[in-house]
Amino acid sequence: MPFYVAPEQLMKDRADFARKGIARGRALTALSIQDGILICAENRSNSLRKVSEIYDRIAFAGVGRYNEFDQLRIAGVRHADLKGYTYSREDVDARSLANQYAQLLGQTFTHEMKPMEVEILVAEVAMESSGDQMFHVLYDGTVNDESGYTVLGGEADSIAERLGQSYDGGWAVGDGVRAASAALSGQERTFEADDLEVAILVRETGRRAFQRIEGEELAEMLG
Amino acid sequence: MTLPLFEAGGDPGPNFAALLRSSGLAPPVPDAPATDLMISHATTVVAIRCQQGVVMAGDRRATAGHLISHRSIEKVFPADRYSGVAIAGAAGPAMEMVRLFQLQLEHYEKVEGKALSLDGKANQLGMMVRNNLPAAMQGFAVVPLFAGYDTSRGVGRLFQYDVTGGRYEEREYAVGGSGSLHAGTVIKLGYRSGADADEMIDLAVSALFRTAEEDAATGGPDLVRGIYPVVAVIGADGFERVVDTDVESRFRNLLASLENRGGDSQ
Repeated sequence: MPFYVAPEQLMKDRADFARKGIARGRALTALSIQDGILICAENRSNSLRKVSEIYDRIAFAGVGRYNEFDQLRIAGVRHADLKGYTYSREDVDARSLANQYAQLLGQTFTHEMKPMEVEILVAEVAMESSGDQMFHVLYDGTVNDESGYTVLGGEADSIAERLGQSYDGGWAVGDGVRAASAALSGQERTFEADDLEVAILVRETGRRAFQRIEGEELAEMLG
Repeated sequence: MTLPLFEAGGDPGPNFAALLRSSGLAPPVPDAPATDLMISHATTVVAIRCQQGVVMAGDRRATAGHLISHRSIEKVFPADRYSGVAIAGAAGPAMEMVRLFQLQLEHYEKVEGKALSLDGKANQLGMMVRNNLPAAMQGFAVVPLFAGYDTSRGVGRLFQYDVTGGRYEEREYAVGGSGSLHAGTVIKLGYRSGADADEMIDLAVSALFRTAEEDAATGGPDLVRGIYPVVAVIGADGFERVVDTDVESRFRNLLASLENRGGDSQ
């Protein structure tokens, strides 16, 4: 026989559950800089990606449970490719995709057995940095439209604080990578190229703006 | 449009065509012959191996019956960074096939996080041609050429198809479309194993020029309107289209050399 649980309690329990799952994972940060939108994640795996390409100028990043955000990533790629095929490539945008994610996460949060333990970022680079868009979608479907920089995952507040002290929208890629790495690691640790997964949506380029920065190139930037 | 989500059993994986089918967006198969319709046909395309990789070229004419329906269509397209596709046959379905093929390669790459191998790409295209067979029987045949730079082997490779989706890898050159007989002969005589891209571009240009003289459905260079065949080189740096001014100067050189021989190109 089911017991009565107050809706406030139910929502709180679900939110706590999701938050706990997300806090266990490692964080990532995205910055809008001179050369584009830089996404930098703490990730020791070279094959299980947290940051990936969705469409020409749109990238996806997720923290929390890998299988859940990867499922969201693939749904996003499908959504974008179908939309581009049905209409045109120009008609695919980050805002509508972020809204779709928000719908799904919100729906799952209230109706399913368990909420998704993820936070995701949908970023779209523009020709001018003022036009860059970064949507931070939470486990319950809340969408935040971020400007400048944003941090997802465990210890997001302290990382954001560290990054906020030095952040400058005029940074080149190298500056951005170093600052993001320092903010993610904190004072006690230092990251090597293998500890990070870095990608950039390049501002001025051909059709596909998404590029990974890895291996020696990344090691050189970290100095 | 809502987010496409699937149950584990019905998930289309990295296959874009399957995703289209499950989303109800796949194009319908024609169920009546196209004999009474005046549909546009795209014609002669060539691909030649060279030292750097592969040279691909195609003329710009589309015909419907005895009419020229378009004088500036393009038949050579990048399929992804390291490969290209050239089309001959019913223009509409061929364009659609190219668009789907390009999307399929990109979709796979994004979903899987890794590009398909060149053989994988060639097989994919073969499957698309085979799936078009019912339409081909109704008069909407599409016969592409596929060429690319195999990054794992470091060589250019090219593939020819038939309407059933049969995939044939060629070692030297491949031709397709109504003018393929003439274009093939010119290339056969001028082909030299290990020649560089520059020489093979000239050969492709010359083959298209000669073919346009013999085949009504193949367009020659249009010096008045400035319309020239599309020529591309696919090598270690990826698919690169040769700029129109370069193609134009190659044609002018060809014409000048013919004039020097007394004007008659027979």
